[in-house]
Amino acid sequence: MRATTPRTLSGLALLCATALSLTACGSSGTDAGSAAGSGDAAVSASALQSALAKGGTITVWAWEPTLKQVVSDFEATYPKVHVDLVNAGTGDKQYTALQNAVQAGSGGPDVAQIEYYALGQFALGKSVQDLGKYGAAKLSGSYSTGPWNSVDIGGGVYALPMDSGPMALFYNKKVFDKYHLTVPTTWAQYLDDARRLHAADPNAYITNDTGDAGFTTSLIWQAGGHPYKVDGTKVSVDFTDAGSNAFTGTWQQLVSGKLLAPINSWSDQWYKALGDGSIATLATGAWMPANLVSGVPGGSGDWRVAPLPQWQAGQNASAENGGSSLAVMKASTHQDLAYAFAQFAAAGAGVQDRIKGGAFPATTADLNSPAFLNTAFPYFGGQQANQVFAQSAKNVVKGWQYLPYQVYANSIFNDTVGKAYVSSTTLAEGLKNWQDASLNYGTQQGFTTGK
Amino acid sequence: MTVAAPPAPPGRSGRARFARVRRDWTGLGFAAPFLAVFALVFLAPIAYSVYLSLFQDRLIGGTTFVGIANYRQAVDDPQFWDGLGRVGLFLAVQVPVMLGIALLVALALDSGRLYGRDFFRITVFLPYAVPAVVATLMWGFLYGTRFGLVADLDRSFGITLPDPLSPHLILGSIGNIVTWEFIGYNMLIFYSALRVIPSSLYEAAAIDGAGQWRIVAAIKLPAIRGAVVIATVFSIIGSFQLFNEPSILRPLVPDSVTTSYTPNLYTYSLAFSGRQEDYAATVAIVMGVVTMVVAYAFQLRGMRKEA
Repeated sequence: MRATTPRTLSGLALLCATALSLTACGSSGTDAGSAAGSGDAAVSASALQSALAKGGTITVWAWEPTLKQVVSDFEATYPKVHVDLVNAGTGDKQYTALQNAVQAGSGGPDVAQIEYYALGQFALGKSVQDLGKYGAAKLSGSYSTGPWNSVDIGGGVYALPMDSGPMALFYNKKVFDKYHLTVPTTWAQYLDDARRLHAADPNAYITNDTGDAGFTTSLIWQAGGHPYKVDGTKVSVDFTDAGSNAFTGTWQQLVSGKLLAPINSWSDQWYKALGDGSIATLATGAWMPANLVSGVPGGSGDWRVAPLPQWQAGQNASAENGGSSLAVMKASTHQDLAYAFAQFAAAGAGVQDRIKGGAFPATTADLNSPAFLNTAFPYFGGQQANQVFAQSAKNVVKGWQYLPYQVYANSIFNDTVGKAYVSSTTLAEGLKNWQDASLNYGTQQGFTTGK
Repeated sequence: MTVAAPPAPPGRSGRARFARVRRDWTGLGFAAPFLAVFALVFLAPIAYSVYLSLFQDRLIGGTTFVGIANYRQAVDDPQFWDGLGRVGLFLAVQVPVMLGIALLVALALDSGRLYGRDFFRITVFLPYAVPAVVATLMWGFLYGTRFGLVADLDRSFGITLPDPLSPHLILGSIGNIVTWEFIGYNMLIFYSALRVIPSSLYEAAAIDGAGQWRIVAAIKLPAIRGAVVIATVFSIIGSFQLFNEPSILRPLVPDSVTTSYTPNLYTYSLAFSGRQEDYAATVAIVMGVVTMVVAYAFQLRGMRKEA
């Protein structure tokens, strides 16, 4: 037995060493956990100032291009604070990463850009911080109603509105002039233009669409549809109303006629096609100019903005598409700094930075200021594009609702409606499948669902 | 060959008695670091998944214990079975093709009749050194009908090739990527198994007048059966776990690759888009059991033939 003792000891020592190193690894991540304000006690403005003076590092997940300038101005104003601006993907890709980080309990940002349609799911899932303790509710008067209603969820303020997305038709004037197309005022004319353009140049398309949930719901919104009805925990989905039918009636012809470029939005191909004229129009939100300026520099001077085509001639209905807020994550260990940044970017000095970069604000003071409205966009050949957007913002159809789990619903859009773009399934059938799948999920998540 | 015979019985029993005295402590001491890590990174996650699979976390109502309700749901879940059917088809077609080609290449390299053997060996193996993510992105580009290789072929020859990324062709396209990636890996397994066959057997065969095909059928194939079984088991597991390729192609062609395209992709979507990590854990466990059963059944069958 004696001979075995050293070996036993060395084995045990190794075991202990392993155990120790494992414990060390396990505890290293948690020491920062109890830092600044994770409770719900009110935080005064002076407390916020002292946190800013003390400094620290926060991470911001956002894809909006004008925030870059905001970050450098913020850091210049508060030299002790360092901001890591990370592009974790656009839209649903970022939400997947965010959900992932929330689930894991670490690795997430302090501030996240979250679109209005998506905020409900993160608020309901208790992933984002109620900003009430910072007195965010007092800001309600500074924002236009639509965006504010999107962040004011069940009495809590879960984010600050950063921009808004009243829709407009961006079109490539060079292409329109070349093929003598008229700028469409109705979707019927749009369809007509689509046919003429594609016939004249088989490589050119009126727009790209491979199935985009946000776009589809926005057009149904504009057409007066109300597919989603949410009342507390009661949820209903119905894609057979008149608005939905108006959309499928026209769009099905574009799909069946192969008049839509099979290019995914935000892909490299997409930026290229926007620059070389093979995608002639984009019906999208007023936040688009900043993306065009940074993503499609070659198209500068070619593009113009027009009001969104109408479902019935003579109307002037509009809808929102996208539009984002800045939310403070519940898991953040620097919530004070995070809120300070969100406020700077969405309500403070950062707003002017963003407007200069081509963003469309949600703050009423800026929206109504002559300086804003009369800004000439060199990218749009000197056009005062904000007037088109501001008019669109006034014409947004009232009463639209998203699902409280719209992020998930949108993530399965291509599983269902997407089939219409690549097979003989029709858009109407696809929407019916989407409706069923969305309701199914609602039931599983404890909502009372109906049609 | 008496030299290789096992030691005489008395010596062995003596060693066994000697070992029994200290087995309880020394063995455990040496195994403990491994066991600790094994428990931490292998057993604990499985136990945690099983634990998760017994709950449901809802947006309305929070987390509740639901017993085996998640398993009942999985059994009736058409999306899960669709995905399973898809990887089953993938397994039935892609694995034989890939292993067949790998075997042919290994036999060709081993035949000694190939000029530039080392060059071919490294060239065939090279795709395996390319990370799956890079390989898939590269193929995704090659498959492109607007700017990719397919587009170039279409333009150069004035033809219209079918779109490899369309819903009814994409499984084959993924199979092609996986085959390209893993032929070299499997070839290397087969080739190294072939290299350890004693050359005396070939000499004996040559003396008996056997031709190359006869040698392949009577000596080489039986000798590497074990390697073939192992490679097949790996491929079965790999097929059932298909994730990287469809997941990376999905952003390129979201209408062709659904969120439940393969069981693993479905699990991923459930957990990270649908915040249903409990149900995701259930699907993962069911999938793990299915994989284990199929792989084990194959192994049993493969080994029995060998006996």
